[in-house]
Amino acid sequence: MISDWPLLSLVIFIPLIGAGFIFVIRGEEAVVARNARYVALWTSLVTFALSLFIWFGFERGTAAFQFVEQGDWIPAFNISYHLGVDGISMPFVLLSTVLTPLCILASWEAIKSRVREYMIAFLVLETLMVGMFCALDFFVFYIFFEGVLIPMFLIIGIWGGPRRVYAAFKFFLYTLTGSVLMLLAILAIYLDAGTTDIPTLMTHALPAGMQFWLWIAFFASFAVKVPMWPVHTWLPDAHVEAPTAGSVILAGVLLKMGAYGFLRFSIPILPDATATFTPIVFGLSIIAVIYTSLVALVQQDMKKLIAYSSVAHMGFVTAGIFTLTIQGVEGAIFQMISHGVVSAALFLIVGVVYDRLHTREIARYGGLAKSMPTYALVFMIFMLASAGLPGTSGFVGEFLVIVGAFQVNTWLALLMASGMVLGAAYMLVLYRRVIFGKLDKDDLLAMKDMNLREKLIFAPLLVLVLWMGIYPLPVLDVMSASVEGLIENYQVATAGHEGLSSLAWLLPGR
Amino acid sequence: MSLTTDLFIALPELFLVCSAIGLLMFGVFGASTRVVCLAGVAAAAITLVLIWLAPESGAAFSGLFMKDPFGDFMKSLVMIGTGTAIVLSIRYIEHEGMARFEFPVLMLFATVGMLMMISANDLMSLYLGLEIQSLSLYVIAAFRRDALRSSEAGLKYFVLGALSSGMLLYGISLVYGFAGGTGFDDLAAVFAGGEEVSIGVIVGLVFIISGLAFKISAVPFHMWTPDVYEGSPTPVTAFFASAPKIAAMALTVRVMMGPFAELLDQWQQIIVFVSIASMILGSLAAIAQQNIKRLMAYSSIGHVGYALIGLAAGSAEGIRGVGIYMAIYLVMNLGTFAVILCMKQKDRMVEQIGDLAGLSKTNPMLALALAIFMFSMAGIPPLAGFFGKLYVFMAAVETGLYTLAVVGVLTSVISAFYYLRIIKVMYFDEPEEGFDRPGRELSIVLGVCAAMVLLFFVLPSPLVDGAAAAASAFFPG
Repeated sequence: MISDWPLLSLVIFIPLIGAGFIFVIRGEEAVVARNARYVALWTSLVTFALSLFIWFGFERGTAAFQFVEQGDWIPAFNISYHLGVDGISMPFVLLSTVLTPLCILASWEAIKSRVREYMIAFLVLETLMVGMFCALDFFVFYIFFEGVLIPMFLIIGIWGGPRRVYAAFKFFLYTLTGSVLMLLAILAIYLDAGTTDIPTLMTHALPAGMQFWLWIAFFASFAVKVPMWPVHTWLPDAHVEAPTAGSVILAGVLLKMGAYGFLRFSIPILPDATATFTPIVFGLSIIAVIYTSLVALVQQDMKKLIAYSSVAHMGFVTAGIFTLTIQGVEGAIFQMISHGVVSAALFLIVGVVYDRLHTREIARYGGLAKSMPTYALVFMIFMLASAGLPGTSGFVGEFLVIVGAFQVNTWLALLMASGMVLGAAYMLVLYRRVIFGKLDKDDLLAMKDMNLREKLIFAPLLVLVLWMGIYPLPVLDVMSASVEGLIENYQVATAGHEGLSSLAWLLPGR
Repeated sequence: MSLTTDLFIALPELFLVCSAIGLLMFGVFGASTRVVCLAGVAAAAITLVLIWLAPESGAAFSGLFMKDPFGDFMKSLVMIGTGTAIVLSIRYIEHEGMARFEFPVLMLFATVGMLMMISANDLMSLYLGLEIQSLSLYVIAAFRRDALRSSEAGLKYFVLGALSSGMLLYGISLVYGFAGGTGFDDLAAVFAGGEEVSIGVIVGLVFIISGLAFKISAVPFHMWTPDVYEGSPTPVTAFFASAPKIAAMALTVRVMMGPFAELLDQWQQIIVFVSIASMILGSLAAIAQQNIKRLMAYSSIGHVGYALIGLAAGSAEGIRGVGIYMAIYLVMNLGTFAVILCMKQKDRMVEQIGDLAGLSKTNPMLALALAIFMFSMAGIPPLAGFFGKLYVFMAAVETGLYTLAVVGVLTSVISAFYYLRIIKVMYFDEPEEGFDRPGRELSIVLGVCAAMVLLFFVLPSPLVDGAAAAASAFFPG
């Protein structure tokens, strides 16, 4: 039976096997390129199909880890190959496996040079992303977490735009700086607890003084990944220079790694320190939401605008997580999934016109509604989803986050809500300038509407956005037990501590 | 203890020295250089087997010589380094017109010295081993007599090496004068009392550390390294960066953890300083380099700094970390130098980083191998270099050397910059001229090293356990 298979290991390593196949393809360049595309597409589709078994086989209503696999790896250090998913990590596994085939489809024609290496990089990236979300050993997690840098560095650097070298280096060094500090924190935790097994660590109480420093080290790593203001500056560069599919994965999955880290490590393992640092996270999130929204408003480059909007949306996520209320955390996770789909779609939308005109400058476009009606419709739905219109997935997440924020602090909720207004502003401005107006440029007139391949890419994303917006219950159902468990453990761990009371000075509005 | 047992304990060394002398005769009576080289590789391989076949430990020659698991581990690394370095040099020395049979023989003699260093159990045998090694290395560095740079490298190495030997000897005589012995066991017994040690011993210790720091090219005694690495023929550089470095590191560990183990408080701060300085200088100075051999020199200075983190911890975990680090460093380094030896355009060796431009298009496998080595040296998981760093950092965190650990991880980010630069040149830049087809032995060395670095994570336990067994030599019970 399929339920007896090591499903997670299969989902993690099938892309790697596919990459191995592509690696040994020999022959003429055109043949190699075509075969590489097909092998990559089929591998990622098979992976996606397998991951559906995880979705349907997942038992709702329990916070326990499921599909658990465990094997010896470095017994001398008590480090084991331990995998499993719960309601928090499972949606992200699906998100990764959905987006990878779409990325490969989106690169079908856009990538013409070194196709083989490109496909290998994407499949390896999928292995690392899925592995990271499934890892239940801190050490295994770290290896996947940091290993992601290698393929992403190459994707940006080889197939990127004119300033790709700068962007690739900035991306690599920024994230590396954060994660090496986390490595030290992992070592310190290992030496204190004698294990790196995540479920064990969640029940292991670390001394409060130690938690303080460990939290900072974790924060250095995750805040860069999220990215939070003020360490977000690598993101616009990386997005602008990366090829379309690279941006999609970056916004769709890699940005979630940081927030996932907060949920998986900072809060359960370091609850006391979390309580102490919550106000700082709120402050940074508010700045991220308002400041980067304003920055997005004045961008001239489409990708840069969406990149800044990502920072703003991730500000919602971090704020939601640290409200440590059920609504807030569920909203944050929902927002992450929604943003994973919506921002991925928006980058693909930019990719559609970029493939035709080879520019992302907003001013070069205008009036596309006439020449590309289907495109205008698709763009509109995702634009509205990004702005958080009810009926789309964007609304559910942001609404829940604000509900959660209200329970903690009115001001927080108010400032977050103002971010929603700004979000609507910059998305509408972008849409107006690209789609409406006069169609007075000759090259735009000649532009063809979306072809079948492109429609196929957007169809699943469209379904997801509307489904999650109209009937969000299945997704919320998956995570609710795990989130409740998370909050409960946190409250038990911090009960009687003065941690929470340090929030008091931020609460004049109550 | 009878002479037979003594000789049996030192069997690998005796075999190696006999075969080196035999090969010398062989060469004088007209054997071709290639044959001598291959025989040298065989001798190194047999020595490696002998090291592992005679597992029992013990002191020999009235306590001058010590065979223990730590020595066996480090000696194995040295033998692998020497054997591979000879393999790498065969084609090079023939092509560059320096194919004289003395070359492999001198490498073997140097290796005999290294084995002596690793097994030294007395300050006198330590010095003896060190000098056997150094004198051979001075000659090899200047082996290309007609090239100005090579002669300069040899001379520089000799003058500075002699200076450091002088410092070492001065330190030894001070320690002898104030502690009353040169045997490691005697010294350990003297310091074991836990009383206040005299300032003379401390000064002597500082001089000894200075001499050793020169041999492992740690800051502030690193100045010779870039010039010697750049000037020496490339296979010689590959050799310098692997076997002698491991031997000197093993010697440093043995001296610090053997006779002076009780003086941890005294020497720990020195090692911490040397380690931090090496990591910072290694990472910053390498950024501006254009010559890849020079870059590797600074990189090796940095790597020594990381390995010293383990020694600074002074714990079993730390020494284990040093062992793992040096083993992984050896593989990465030999692989990288194999790539550098492939850098040949139109039958001419080139060594500028810019010459690698677009290598991923002209020779994808070579580029992939070098990229693996560079990512590994930068310490990115899941490659082997990450595990090397992990174990030394773990030792540092465990003993509370947080500053050292934080400096270590931050400099590893800085050094990632210049390793990435090489990858950038290979993958992001447009190709210029491709390289000539590499020789088969280079491809094999490259392939094996790259596979080991890439797949180390699958089965890390053997090396970790081996290094742990080696470290246990200093922590009986």
